[in-house]
Amino acid sequence: MVTSATAPAVFDLEARLDLYRVQLTLRKFEARAYDLFLENLVKGTSHLSLGQEAIAAGVAAAMRPDDWTFATYRGHAHTLARGVPMTPVMAELLGRTNGLMAGKGGSMHLTSVEHGVMGSYAIIGAHLPIACGAAWSAQYRGTDQVAVCFFGDGSVNIGAFHEALNFAAIWKLPVVFICENNLWMEYTRTSEVTAVANPAADRASAYGLESIIVDGNDAEAVYAVASAAIERARAGEGPSMIEATTYRHGGHSRADPGKYRPDSEVAEWLAKDPIPRYRAFLLEVGATEEQLVAIEEDVTAAVERAVDEAKAGDVPGEEYLMKDLWADGGSSWRN
Amino acid sequence: MAQLTYREAIARGIAQEMQRDQSVVMIGEDIGAAGGVFKGTVGLFDEFGPLRVRDTPISEQAILGAAMGAAMTGLRPIAEIMFADFFAVCWDIVANEIAKSRYMTNGQVSFPLVIRSGNGGGLRFGAQHSQSVENWAMMVPGLKVVVPSNAVDVIGLMAASVRDNDPVIFLEEKALYASKMDVPDGEIVDELGKASVLRQGADATMVALGNMVPRSMAAAEKLAEEGIDCTVVDLRSLVPLDVTTVLREVGSTGHLFTVEENPRLLGWGAELASIVAEEAFYDLDGPIVRITTPHIPLPAADALEDMAIPSVGRIVESVSKAMNA
Repeated sequence: MVTSATAPAVFDLEARLDLYRVQLTLRKFEARAYDLFLENLVKGTSHLSLGQEAIAAGVAAAMRPDDWTFATYRGHAHTLARGVPMTPVMAELLGRTNGLMAGKGGSMHLTSVEHGVMGSYAIIGAHLPIACGAAWSAQYRGTDQVAVCFFGDGSVNIGAFHEALNFAAIWKLPVVFICENNLWMEYTRTSEVTAVANPAADRASAYGLESIIVDGNDAEAVYAVASAAIERARAGEGPSMIEATTYRHGGHSRADPGKYRPDSEVAEWLAKDPIPRYRAFLLEVGATEEQLVAIEEDVTAAVERAVDEAKAGDVPGEEYLMKDLWADGGSSWRN
Repeated sequence: MAQLTYREAIARGIAQEMQRDQSVVMIGEDIGAAGGVFKGTVGLFDEFGPLRVRDTPISEQAILGAAMGAAMTGLRPIAEIMFADFFAVCWDIVANEIAKSRYMTNGQVSFPLVIRSGNGGGLRFGAQHSQSVENWAMMVPGLKVVVPSNAVDVIGLMAASVRDNDPVIFLEEKALYASKMDVPDGEIVDELGKASVLRQGADATMVALGNMVPRSMAAAEKLAEEGIDCTVVDLRSLVPLDVTTVLREVGSTGHLFTVEENPRLLGWGAELASIVAEEAFYDLDGPIVRITTPHIPLPAADALEDMAIPSVGRIVESVSKAMNA
């Protein structure tokens, strides 16, 4: 287990305050998105990263702007952490034309190619092979870009996971797989349906990879292991897999209150909430209360601004319906 | 001019594109030094090397996922799924990921990739290595579907598919691999979505695809002896679909026969029949007739397989019966 105690002290205070700001942004964005669901402004479903923010924030801090992320349907945090502005993400949730994809993708498919966010994928495990493809492209073209692929603990029992890991290993692809182990699939505890105790890490050796587990509620610890893995990939030394232990504060998705989890377990993990924990740590390492409050006020205002801007977006008209199936911009299948 | 088999035309078509564009790469099982299980890629490994012609494990999801990820980051991969039946183990990547992602992202990403696969029956391989799956691919929004029926078309349509910026399912007809024809020297580049009128007749129009094209041509010769003069249209691609040519040729004869190897239900001919019924109803002088494989898995025994897939005899009989009704 890698913890913050073993993480290298690579952060100066300014970088730490940035990392706090990113985590807080993810937290407040998700909380606000949840409000908007309750107001029925966000339709359909959504999967929040409340409680898991340290992973997206820590990994993003370790990435270069031209690296790629491949996220899951629980991908708001991973998208925002790469620097995608909040307004188009919120507008996408609201189904507006100023959304990242003008409302055509929705919460589960956030993509922003200009930020290296190469999609959020809602079929469990499917994006692991796709991330391998991006890594293959970097390897073939001789760039030193790295593909980072997030997935949940429930993904480790699907075939695509195993195909992708073997494939990445034999081709020594520059890809980093990051399992966000929040202990629960949807309603079922992952350990009840998984043959090994550590769903990703215990499978690593089957593909010749090191077994790495990190405290996923510690952004700096995540940053440390992610940096090492990314640099390894960049240097042509092949893939890595990181299992980051965490917990989702809410249910699996919008309609799930998460009542199947014991109260004591939820309480235990709420006490390990990455954000208050990092706040306390920042005060220990020299941040002032005033600095932190200023960030908090800033972030709150920025989220509110994003909500207002998103709400002000237009509802997409018919002109969006039939466009961009094909590369020519249209959707015609016949002459 | 050289005489080439359909299988040799595959390697020639791919080589033509790989020589032209460094971003064209190949990925698949046994495609490298082995030259492909159907010998469709012979010579490419030697010419372009292991970095451009890459063998993979038996991992169809990894093969197509890798093709997709590569296509969205600057390459133009040609992936092989050995037998088209195997699409069933990686259909998520095809139907949910590759086909939907351009639309879902409002056009942020494109997928200039080709997925080649050995399609159809005739080789006595039994039900899991023989199905014609063109209708699986045709019904997924976001896929182009190409099925060449001869060596020249293999080269030209391969070039068009590789150069296309959208995903193309390129179905190679296993029963035609050994068929030969004269192929001109030099670059051959065709166009997707253009049907070919291979034979012009006054009485009835047969529309066929892939392996059913030569059979329809042979049937047309026999039908001519009976005094039924047939037009034969080779569709060549299902998406884009050349409706204009079909409507024109049906309009000139008043009769449409589709000749399809896919199992009956929702075969491509059903869509074509629906279009003709809707848009050219008053041009028709008789019912539209679909000649298809029955709605069964293909049997292995040669006697049974021959009964299942539309044969020259069955095509002649079906057309003759309808025309003399």
